Order: sequence, then C-alpha cells, then structure tokens
Amino acid sequence: MIQVRDLVVRYGSATALDHVSLTVETGELVALIGPNGAGKTTLVNTLSGILRPASGSIEVTGRLAHVPEGRHLFGDLTVEDNLRLGAWRSRDRDPSWLYGLQPQLAELRRRKARTLSGGQQQLVAVGRALMARPDVLMIDELSLGLAPLVVTQLAAELTALHRDQGMALLLIDQNARLAFDLCDRAYVLEAGRNVAEGPCAELARSPEVARAYLGGPVKEIS
Amino acid sequence: MSDFLSYVLNGLAVGCGFALLASGLVTIHRVTGVVNFAQAMFAVVAGLTAGSALGAGLPHGAAELAGVAIAVIAGLLTGLAAVGRRGTTPQSALIVTLGVGILAYAVEIAIWGDQPRSFAGLPGSLEVGGVAIQWQYLLVIGVAAAVFAALALFFARTDRGKALTACASDPYGARLVGIDVLRMSLIAFALGGGLGGIAGVLVTPLQPISFDSDVALIVNGFAAAIMGGLNRPGPALAGGLLLGVAEALVAGYGNAAHQTEIALVLMLAIMIWRAVRTPVVQEETV
Ligand SMILES: Nc1ncnc2c1ncn2[C@@H]1O[C@H](COP(=O)(O)OP(=O)(O)OP(=O)(O)O)[C@@H](O)[C@H]1O
Ligand SMILES: [Mg+2]
Repeated sequence: MIQVRDLVVRYGSATALDHVSLTVETGELVALIGPNGAGKTTLVNTLSGILRPASGSIEVTGRLAHVPEGRHLFGDLTVEDNLRLGAWRSRDRDPSWLYGLQPQLAELRRRKARTLSGGQQQLVAVGRALMARPDVLMIDELSLGLAPLVVTQLAAELTALHRDQGMALLLIDQNARLAFDLCDRAYVLEAGRNVAEGPCAELARSPEVARAYLGGPVKEIS
Repeated sequence: MSDFLSYVLNGLAVGCGFALLASGLVTIHRVTGVVNFAQAMFAVVAGLTAGSALGAGLPHGAAELAGVAIAVIAGLLTGLAAVGRRGTTPQSALIVTLGVGILAYAVEIAIWGDQPRSFAGLPGSLEVGGVAIQWQYLLVIGVAAAVFAALALFFARTDRGKALTACASDPYGARLVGIDVLRMSLIAFALGGGLGGIAGVLVTPLQPISFDSDVALIVNGFAAAIMGGLNRPGPALAGGLLLGVAEALVAGYGNAAHQTEIALVLMLAIMIWRAVRTPVVQEETV
C-alpha cells in the first residue's frame, strides 16, 4: 500500500526527515509515534503530496485519505458539505452510509463546521476522510482533545472498517498506548530518523520505548 | 412623482451594474481570499471592446459577448499573475491586482485613447403609468437578476460551487481531499472577469466609460460587496441596488458630483459597523 524508502524532506535548510523508511501493507494497522517535532506530520504531508521530498522514494497503491493534524475542516460549509467534499474525487458523494455508521454525524449534518466543538470537529474530520473510501487511512493525532469515550468509539469504528473492508491504517498519536493497542506494528521516529520498529507488543517490551512513550516499563499489553 | 420614479429606475439599473461588479469581487474573494482591485478593469475592458466590436460592424449580442469573452481572458490573466504561484498570500496577491489594474491603463489608452466612449443599448422604452422606462434599464435589471439567481444556486447547491468555497475556507484541507486549489482559483478569476464584463457591457450604454472609469466602479462595487463581508452575493446585490438608487436620487435632486462620496461614506459606515459588531474572539475571515 505505502512504501517509503530513504525519504529526505527539508524545510528550507532544516532537515525534517532524514532517510526515513516505512511500509504499510494491505490491510495493516501501523502506528507512527515519536516526540514533538520528530517529523510525523511532515511524513504524512509528504505522502499526501503537500510537501515535496528532497530525495528518496514513495510508492502508494490504492486510495489514500488523510485526517490532518488540526482537522482543517471547511468552516463556512455544513457538516454534510464537508463530508461530500471528502468524496470529491469520486462520483458517489452521498454520505448516508456514513450516517448509518455514525448517527452523531447525521444529527450535526446541517451545522456549519466552525460552530462545532473540537471533538465534534474531529468526528467530522475522520468522517470526511472516510468518505473517500480509502484503502489506507492516515490519521495525524486521533485522540488529541477528545473525550476518552469518543476515542474508544472512534477506535472501534476504525477497527470495524479494517475488519470488514480491509482498510489499512497509519496512525499517529501522542497517546502511544492507544496507538499500540489499536495497531499491529509501529515505527518510532525521533528527530527525523527511524529509531525503532516492529510489532507493537515487542516494541512495548523494549525498555527505551516503554520509558519514553508508555510512562515506564509495562508488564502486559492487551 | 414621475421624476422620482425615473430616478429610482435609473438607480436600480446602475445599481445592478454595481452589484454585478460586486458579484465578481465576491466570487474571487470567496474562493481565493483575494480582494481583487482589478475587478472594475474587467468592466472597462468589456465595455470598450463591445463598443469597438459594434463599430467594426458586429451586431448587438455578438459584440457584447466579445466584450465579456475578453473580460474572461483578462480575469484569467489577472488570476495567473495574482495567484498563479503556490504560496502567494492573499495580501500580496491584492497588491498584484492593484498593479495589474494600473498596467491595464496603459494598454487601454494605447488601444482606445483616453476619451470616454459609449454605444447605444436597447432602443425604445416601455410606457408604464405615464413613466417611460428605457428597455436598456429593464435589460440590465433582468440580466442581473438571472446572474444572481444562477450564482446563488451554484454556490449553495452544487458540489463544484462548494469546492470553490472550500478553497478559501481551508486551502490545505481542500488539497487533502483532492481539490485542485490552483485550478479552482483560476476558475474563480475567470468567472469574476466574466461577471465584471457583463457589468461593463450593460452599463456602458447608461454611462460612457473611459480607462479611468474603474475608480468610481470599484469604489461602488467594493461598497456593495462589503455588505456581505465580501463573501455573500445576496447582500452584495442589496448593497448595489441601495447605492445605485441613493446616488441617482442625489444626482437627480442635488449634485451629481457627490455620487462617489456616497459610496465611500456608506462603505466606511458598514466597515465600522462590522468591526464593532464582530466579537474579538472570532477568527476574522474577511
Ligand atoms: N512549515 C514548517 N516550516 C519549517 N519547519 C517546520 C515546518 N513544519 C515543521 N517544521 C519542523 O520540522 C520538524 C518536524 O515537524 P513535524 O510537524 O513533522 O513534527 P511532528 O512529529 O508532527 O510533531 P508533533 O508531535 O508536535 O505534531 C520540526 O523540527 C519542526 O520544527
Ligand atoms: Mg505533528
């Protein structure tokens, strides 16, 4: 689905990604974690074609959708319009299937996006990306600012889409525990470099990763 | 009484011209976030082109279409200059449109000279209750009504119209869902050019135009457009009509030299009112 090799991305003279590699296989759930400024957002923005790589290669097969950090909804438009535009590339822009999946979105459909609460906006942002019927969904900060209940519900929905439709996921989240719980495999990025990768359960056992991202060593990850 | 009625009708027709011009400003601002100071230039170019086309023997209709077509091209060129490069901010694009407007003076003077020009519109008039209404006035009002209805439907009902709005609302979000923001911006400028052109070919028979008519036109168009925060066509139409009628009444009963001042005062009043009314915490999108 996604294959990134030796990717270098610069902002002017500052190097944000320094020979980063990452793959997401068909239907795979992959977490991408790292401290602030590690280059996670830069990586997904490059995958979406917003940023140009200085060198390295990117291969993407299938449809890619991106829930950006900061949501970036169309505030002047209604929730329904935001969802329809999520399917801008396709001919079928009817969001009723999504309303079936997420009744809250149906309730909010006539509201202007800018009048929603942060959590409601995040729901719409995820919904807008799902409207593209992606083969791979990239989410930059899923849980930021969301009530735990909403996070649990969104996570369950993503898992269901993965199970029923084979949707792959590249998940960035400050809450590494959540990301590890949801995903099979993870990459750790620090200062623009790959520092660790592997199955989530294995990574969680590594003392460095546990200390830096999981708040100390842990015994068990369910 | 019949004086009053004819002033009002005259004002409505001229006001429709302002409103059409404003609709172009609104379209461009709504999509790109750019205040297009070259907007009235589109009207001037279209009016002068239509006049030349008529002089060259083209029939009415074809000549006006030629004028509007040239205005569309002028709009597209202005768009390329103002937003053609990725990453241009709306603020610097605004300065570019000012520059384009001034550059256009040179081109217009070279082609058409510096004297005002006009051409005859629809001949004859309609007699209603003792008041003669020129057909040209009715034509301007009818076209403006049709254009505004079409614009409102386009922005409110079509996905393409919404995609255009999305571009200014959040350009980054628009790119993420696959909207080609640059292409949409150029479409907006071309559409804005066409709307300005329609205003130009309709108004020229009412008021002769020359290269520098754009100043009075842009002041009035901007005053009308600011009614809707530069984003909404409906209030821009209301603003244009209000200005047109107010100015016609002042000119009829008082002094024609004060027309532009009315627009300026109204515009200032609206801007101050909006500034006072807008809560400080709200992110200002205008
Ligand atoms: N537009 C920009 N211009 C210049 N430098 C930037 C820009 N965006 C990010 N950077 C720099 O690139 C590096 C990577 O930033 P990035 O936003 O990709 O990090 P991140 O891993 O997403 O961080 P966070 O967890 O805080 O979201 C940082 O050093 C940042 O300062
Ligand atoms: Mg980030």
